[in-house]
Amino acid sequence: MANLKTSEKKSKAQSMGLHTEVLTGKTQQKFFNPDEAENFYYFGTYDVDFNKRTEIDVKNMDCREANKKIDELMKDGYGTIVIKNPQGKHSLGVGILNKLNLIFEGSLGYFGCGSMDGPIVRINGRVGWSCAENMMAGKVVIEKNAGSCFGAAIRGGDLICKGSVGARTGIDQKGGTIIIGGDAGAFTGFMMQRGRIIILGDVGINLGDSMYDGTIFVGGKIGSFGSDAVEAELTDSDQDWLKRKLQVAEIGENFDVSKMTKVVAGKKLWNYDALEPTEKKGAI
Amino acid sequence: MCGIAGLIHRGNTSNVGFELQGMLQALKHRGEDSTGYALYGKTDGQNFIMRFKVGENVAEGSSSVKEDVSVYDERKKIVDSYLSELGAKVIKEDRILPYSLRYEIQYDKDLMEFSQKIESVEGVEILSMGKSLEVIKDLGNAEVVCNRYNLDKVVGTHAIGHARMATESGVDIKSAHPFWGYPFSDVSVVHNGQLTNYWNNRRVLENKGMRFMSECDSELIAVYLAEKMRNGATLEEGMKESLVGLDGVFTYFVATKDSLGMAKDTMAAKPLVLYESDDLVAMGSEEIAIRSILPQEIETYDPFDGEVKVWQI
Repeated sequence: MANLKTSEKKSKAQSMGLHTEVLTGKTQQKFFNPDEAENFYYFGTYDVDFNKRTEIDVKNMDCREANKKIDELMKDGYGTIVIKNPQGKHSLGVGILNKLNLIFEGSLGYFGCGSMDGPIVRINGRVGWSCAENMMAGKVVIEKNAGSCFGAAIRGGDLICKGSVGARTGIDQKGGTIIIGGDAGAFTGFMMQRGRIIILGDVGINLGDSMYDGTIFVGGKIGSFGSDAVEAELTDSDQDWLKRKLQVAEIGENFDVSKMTKVVAGKKLWNYDALEPTEKKGAI
Repeated sequence: MCGIAGLIHRGNTSNVGFELQGMLQALKHRGEDSTGYALYGKTDGQNFIMRFKVGENVAEGSSSVKEDVSVYDERKKIVDSYLSELGAKVIKEDRILPYSLRYEIQYDKDLMEFSQKIESVEGVEILSMGKSLEVIKDLGNAEVVCNRYNLDKVVGTHAIGHARMATESGVDIKSAHPFWGYPFSDVSVVHNGQLTNYWNNRRVLENKGMRFMSECDSELIAVYLAEKMRNGATLEEGMKESLVGLDGVFTYFVATKDSLGMAKDTMAAKPLVLYESDDLVAMGSEEIAIRSILPQEIETYDPFDGEVKVWQI
């Protein structure tokens, strides 16, 4: 009977036009052809030279024009690009999946450097909400302050703000490290799942609320702990890592890491309970 | 989502109409249903300036019912007669648009009684009453409203404004911000966010004799603060109480004759970027609003959750 069912399913799928299409163009077979050089890079990435430097003034450009210009310059092999007059514009430097030195001479608006994978970015100003959201890898250094949702959902890389940040820093963080030189707002590390957050200053209320995993280190005062966020022992290994990380990040060089508070998930929330709701009801 | 902007020149005056227009226009992507200005102009402080409307803008996109201009004329006549009954002397009158008027008035009695009488005329609403405040609001983006009312030449000390995306209430002038802090002279409010205990608060405040002209949740902030101040609270005290009394997500600005304040809810769910120096404070929902008047590199920051700040001129 089982075979018959499978056969029926297959027949039905084929009658709907599935499993019969002839793949043309860039199929998986072709994609994995080792002779093609492009398959050694991400789609759309370029071989750039860090010593090849240029500047662009984006004062009279919108974000699409500016991002397209960055892409064109990378295509021409420029590995160091300086952006002049960003003037708080939104969505600048997003979606860069390339090695690149990117320097912003000024401040960015929302979603600056979002969804990127690889570049090293320095922002000599402030950033708005959701800076570096979804970053996969790379390094972003902000010289001044940052808005809310800083480093939302990052998967990797280092995100460093030398000033203070708004609320919900590292919300939904899935990896990487966020380092804050100043203070952080409410709900820092909200629902974080992996990675680390280091705050050298004070942090607001509901720290690490509903966090699944990951670690938060706080140097100053904590407004309050969020649901299921608990203090853990700061080990020698933690201190060693913190010292090295801060040194590499060029921030808080002489900071006394031994006085930091370590915060982790208590793992007591319902989402850690493997029981189905009906089973749970029975168990109660 | 709406955008708000505000600025205060401390110890100086400037072309605040032009500056606020630039800030609000930079935020037009946050809402273009209507735009409003609360401008604190340079006046001799002797007479009241009453901005009021006798009808709605029924242009394309408006949710208002079209009325004949003769209806507006009739309402204006009744307002004029009521002013006379109240002992108010009209020094100067401007009819900027068929539905929008500006009167300069000599009056020295109770503003609550005054407002109730004037607003008892159907379709009439006082947009602002003050010795330096003028609230101008209409449908369209900042540039459209600025040009319609010639606001770019207004000189003053401070101003707040709002670019609105209508969500909870209609596309009309009565739901547009800023809201006058009735019955207090020279008090205005703009808000970005949603208030979830609007009806609970409204019922309580109406029972205390406060007036609501729209069903826009943001109006509650102006009425809430006015009621606190009526009972002796300072502006800052009222704002701090609002963080507990008002439920929802909000960032709002409130301005009086000589001050400008901001408050952010305890969830910090609504954006605000702030620039503060000895002679100028400028703030807006996004940094690009501030950049429209300060293109050079400056130090800005996001106020934290539950923060209240007030600056004097």
